[in-house]
Amino acid sequence: MSLRTVARALPTMLRVGFAEAVAYRAEMLVWVLSTTMPLVNMVLWMAVAKNAPVGNYGREDFVGYFLATFAVRQLTSAWAAWLINWEVKQGTLSMRLLRPISPLWAYASENVAGIPMRLVVALPVVVLSVVLVGSKAVPQTALGWGLFLVAVVGGWAITFLANIALGALSLFMDSSQKMMEVWMVLFFVCSGYMFPVELLPDGLRALIDWLPFRYQMGLPVEMMTGAHDLSTALGLLARQWAWVVGMFAIAMALWRHGVKRFAAFGG
Amino acid sequence: MISVHGLRKHYKVHKRPPGLKAALRSLVHRTYSTVKAVDGISFDIRPGERVGFLGPNGAGKTTTLKVLSGLLHPSEGEVRVDGHVPRLREEAFLKKIMLVMGQKQQLLWDLPPSETFELNRAIYDVPPAQYKQTLDELVSLLEIGDLIGKPTRQLSLGERMKCELAAALIHRPRVLFLDEPTIGLDVSMQATMRTFIKEYNEKYGATLILTSHYMDDVAALCPRVIVIDKGLLSYDGSLDALVQRVRPEKRVVLRLAEEVDGARLAPLGKVVTHEAGTAVLQVRQDAVNATISRALSGLPVTDLTVENAPLEEVMSELFAENKARRQQADADAPAVPA
Repeated sequence: MSLRTVARALPTMLRVGFAEAVAYRAEMLVWVLSTTMPLVNMVLWMAVAKNAPVGNYGREDFVGYFLATFAVRQLTSAWAAWLINWEVKQGTLSMRLLRPISPLWAYASENVAGIPMRLVVALPVVVLSVVLVGSKAVPQTALGWGLFLVAVVGGWAITFLANIALGALSLFMDSSQKMMEVWMVLFFVCSGYMFPVELLPDGLRALIDWLPFRYQMGLPVEMMTGAHDLSTALGLLARQWAWVVGMFAIAMALWRHGVKRFAAFGG
Repeated sequence: MISVHGLRKHYKVHKRPPGLKAALRSLVHRTYSTVKAVDGISFDIRPGERVGFLGPNGAGKTTTLKVLSGLLHPSEGEVRVDGHVPRLREEAFLKKIMLVMGQKQQLLWDLPPSETFELNRAIYDVPPAQYKQTLDELVSLLEIGDLIGKPTRQLSLGERMKCELAAALIHRPRVLFLDEPTIGLDVSMQATMRTFIKEYNEKYGATLILTSHYMDDVAALCPRVIVIDKGLLSYDGSLDALVQRVRPEKRVVLRLAEEVDGARLAPLGKVVTHEAGTAVLQVRQDAVNATISRALSGLPVTDLTVENAPLEEVMSELFAENKARRQQADADAPAVPA
């Protein structure tokens, strides 16, 4: 479809997506509650750092890190893989494929349209973080905020495109839900969601630097808490966006080939 | 408008017997079989035609509609819809067509249908004036003015189906594929839908293919029918000609003032039913006049009508004929040495 069609349709898609997010407010609240793991981790790591810092992280640093993790998770989450799995299995993907706009735009707009609702939860947490940790809990300069924003968009893009790739696998196999679960486990361990990746041994950390997970979560959090000087930050952002491009290529290839195999079950 | 030549759609299906043992075995060794959903059918449809697509369950009707609407890629054959190759799913093609499936919905479940209409307006890039005019027409013809502001989940099946149809027509598709559009609806709602579909076809000259297990839908809407069975085309022509071919006999329905002994009816023709003052006789077409004369002169007839055999019976006889022919062909086929 043409970009003109997309550009014309997108504002309405976002508005309707927001209306859906508001309609599902109870579900959204439950989902937000299910993402409180960083708060549990915060308490745990504060206890570990009670007597002495762990690596470069003291108690206050852990508070700032995990509150930022909570906020970033709200902004970078995507769930298209579950939706695609369900729609492929039920055959309801047909209704999306009949429209003259790629279903991927629809998944993306539904995802993005939910962000304002999640900001309502994330913003007070950021304010709380500033109250507890001080101004270093957030970027100190306009440039810092800009880099954080780029990192958040990059983190969301990798997460969303990985969801599309994993969801598209269900067009090749009976279901890709287990693959999604494996991905989530790797995400929890390697992304900085459970602990800052800096705390890992050097060899493991070097490996993680080449995987996409850190750029989904850890990097935006590090940008928020000002963990890197400018040149390191730019280098990491370059790697992150290389992953965005790579994941885009993988997701598109799987989606395009997968749709040709769509069996449109049911009905 | 639509041309289909040598269309085949074959699926590879994983087969597994029930039980834990079979489940474990399927982990290491899977058995596949090929299902020939559509096995070489050809037909052409002119612009503005209304065509009924008939066949028993699993005949390949819905598969064909899904190929025509670009959802499925054919295994073989050439398909064109208004000059487009459906499997390419070009934007111009998708803006011209719509597939309405009675068992699938596009309405947003937790939002009012008006939100889906608005979404479709944006996606199909319908000009505001045309959108307003189309929506007003749809709301008036389908009588959904009170419904489009309620959340979809709170609508009854019939109300939802009317709104589904409205959502499908916001962009005025030139080709409409209707797959069981009246499934689950009550008789009056079915009649409303039929009237509306016919009016849409006549007003906009839209080409229409309908599949339905309700023969009344087909009789009311489709002068032409295409029958497929086990993926093969078994009839393509007018509905009247199909009835004449399969069941050339007529039904003479007699309403009787008093009970009549069955022995008095038998000489007039084959007695199909005889109960509660009504007798239905099946007679050859050339014997209808004679039968009527004899019935009027010899029986206490208060009312008399002459009808075709019900379409349901015609179809089941056709399917039974096809099945018998297939079985005969299988029996006649030379055995393949092991």
